[in-house]
Amino acid sequence: MTAFVLKRLGFAVITLFAVLTIVFFIVRILPGDPAMAILGDQASQEALVALRARLGLDQPLYVQYVQFLGGVIVGDWGVSMVSGRPVIQEILKVLPATLELTIVSLILGAVVGVPLGVWSAVRRNKLPDYITRMASLLGLSFPAFVSAVLLLLVFAIQLRWFPVISSGQGTTLGERLRDLALPAINLGLIMAAYITRVARSAMLEVLNQDYVRTAYAKGLAFATIIWRHCLRNAMIPVVTVVGLYLGILIGNSVLTEIVFNRPGLGKLIIGALNQRDYTMLQGMMVIYTLIVVLVNLLTDLTYGLIDPRIKYS
Amino acid sequence: MTQATTTSLSRVAYLRSALAATGSGLLKAFNANKTSWVGLGVFLIVAALAILAPWIAPYDPLDQNILFRLKPPSAEHWFGTDYYGRDTLSRILWGARISLAIGLLAIGSAMLLGTLIGMIAGYYGGRTDIIIMQIMDVLLAFPSLILGLIVVAMLGPSIANLVIAIALTAIPPFARIARAPTIAVKNREFIEAGRALGYSDTRLMFGHILPNIAPEILVMGSLWLATAIRVEASLAFIGLGVAPPTATWGGMIREGFENILDSFWLALFPSIAILIVVFALNLLGDGLRDAIDPRLRGEE
Repeated sequence: MTAFVLKRLGFAVITLFAVLTIVFFIVRILPGDPAMAILGDQASQEALVALRARLGLDQPLYVQYVQFLGGVIVGDWGVSMVSGRPVIQEILKVLPATLELTIVSLILGAVVGVPLGVWSAVRRNKLPDYITRMASLLGLSFPAFVSAVLLLLVFAIQLRWFPVISSGQGTTLGERLRDLALPAINLGLIMAAYITRVARSAMLEVLNQDYVRTAYAKGLAFATIIWRHCLRNAMIPVVTVVGLYLGILIGNSVLTEIVFNRPGLGKLIIGALNQRDYTMLQGMMVIYTLIVVLVNLLTDLTYGLIDPRIKYS
Repeated sequence: MTQATTTSLSRVAYLRSALAATGSGLLKAFNANKTSWVGLGVFLIVAALAILAPWIAPYDPLDQNILFRLKPPSAEHWFGTDYYGRDTLSRILWGARISLAIGLLAIGSAMLLGTLIGMIAGYYGGRTDIIIMQIMDVLLAFPSLILGLIVVAMLGPSIANLVIAIALTAIPPFARIARAPTIAVKNREFIEAGRALGYSDTRLMFGHILPNIAPEILVMGSLWLATAIRVEASLAFIGLGVAPPTATWGGMIREGFENILDSFWLALFPSIAILIVVFALNLLGDGLRDAIDPRLRGEE
C-alpha cells in the first residue's frame, strides 16, 4: 500500500512539474505587454520600465522560471498584476464557492445517476431503458451554458422561484441553498447524464457474471442481488469515470459561474484573461492542475475502499 | 510488367480492400443500431442547411435594421430579430457553417494526428510508447475548456486558432483510442505474415493495421465532433469565438443573454440549434460505438 501511494505520488509530482513548465511558457508567450495592459497605452516609457522591473519581467526567462517553480513550492504565487494582492489569497477567497458548487453537483449527479443507471441496466431493452438512455444522451449533449440559460429562463425569470443572480454571499443556510440551487442543478444534471451511462454499462457487465446467477439460484432477494452484489462491483468503473470527468466538470463550472454570475474560479480566470493578468493566470492553472492531480490520486486510492480484492502493488 | 507498375497496382488493390473493410465495418455497425441512422440523418440535414445558407437564408445575416430591433418571432422573421435588427434565423443558418467548419477541421486534424501518434506508440512499443503516452497523459490531465480558453486567448480568436485550440485538446483521446487496438492487432498472424514478406513498417501500419482500427476511430470522431461543436460554442459564449459581427451560435447566445429579460428568443433558438446538432452526433456515435464495442457485440 505504501509503495503504491508513493508511486502514485511520484507520478503526480512529475505531472505537476510538466504542467507547471507548460503553463509558465504558455503564459509568457501571450501576446501583449502586461505592463502596458496595467498602465494603459498612454503610460510613459519610464513608468513601463519601472513596472516591468517590479514585476520581474525584465529578468532573463530562466531566472523567472526558477523563481516561479520555487514560489509555487513555498506557496508564494506572486501578486496579481491588476489588483496587487497575493494571487493565492485571491484564489483562496473564491475557491470555497467553486468547491461548494462542484461537490454538491457531483453528489447530485451520483444520487440521480447511479440509481437511474442501475434501473436502466436491469430493465435492459425495455421502455425505461430506452427513455433513460435517450435522456442521458440528451443531458450530455447540453453545453453547460445552454442548460444554464434555459434553467434561468424557466425557473428564475418565468417562475421566479430562484434569484436571477446568485451572489454566493448568502449568510443563512436558506439563502445559500437558494443561491446554490440552480447552478448545482445545472451542473448536477449534466454529471448525472454521464454517471447514468457509466453505471448502466458497468451494471450490464456485472449482471452477466456467474456469481450473479449463483445468487439468483440461492434464492436471494432481487434487491439484495442488485444493490449488494452487483452495484458494489459495478462501482469501480463508475468511480474511475467520475474521476476522468473532472475536467468536464471544471469546464462546465466555469460556464455555469458566468451565466449565474456566481463568484468562483471561473469568473476569476475570465477576468484574468481579459486583463492579461499573467501571475493570476499562472496561479489559476497551478490550482486547476493541483485539483486534477489530487482527484486522480484520490480516485486511485478509492478503489481499495470499494473493492477489497484490489491490492496496491 | 515493370516493377513500378506492379507495386503501384498492388498499392491500389490494398488501398481499395482497406477502404472496403472500413466501409463494411461501419455499415454493419449502422445496421446493428438504427438510432445511428436517425443521428446521421439529422446531422446531414443540418450540414445541408449550413452549406445552402447563402441561398436559403431569408436575409443577409449582417444586415442591420434598427427599426426592427428585438422583434419577437413573426411571419417575416420566424425566429425574431436581435439588438441590431438582424434576422435570427439567417444568423443561425450562417452560424451553422462556422460551427461545423471549425468542428470538422479540428476533429479531422486531431483524428489524423492523434491516430498517427497512437499507432506509432502502439506499434513500436517500449520507450517510444512510454514517452508518447506520458505526454498525452499530461495533456489529458488538463481540463479541455481551460486549455482551449488559454490557447485562444494566447493566439487570438480566429477560425484557424479555434481549430488549433480544439484539435490540441482532442489529440490525446485519439492517440489513446488508436494505441490499444494497434497493440492488439500488431501481434496477429496476418501482420506477422506481412513482416515475413518484407513489408515496411509504414505499409503494415497504414495498409493493414489502420483499416482494422478505422471504424473505431471514425465512431469516436463523431462523438468528438459533438464535443468540438460544444467547446466552440462555449468559447464563443465566453467571448473567445470568431469576432463579431460574424454569426456564431455561442456568440448569439451571449448577445441574447444580455437581453434575456425582455427578448428570450434571442438565446433560445441558437441554444436549440446547438442541442439538435450535438444530440444528433451523439446519437450517431453512441449507437455505432455500442455496435462495434466487442464487449457489447452480439448482446442485442
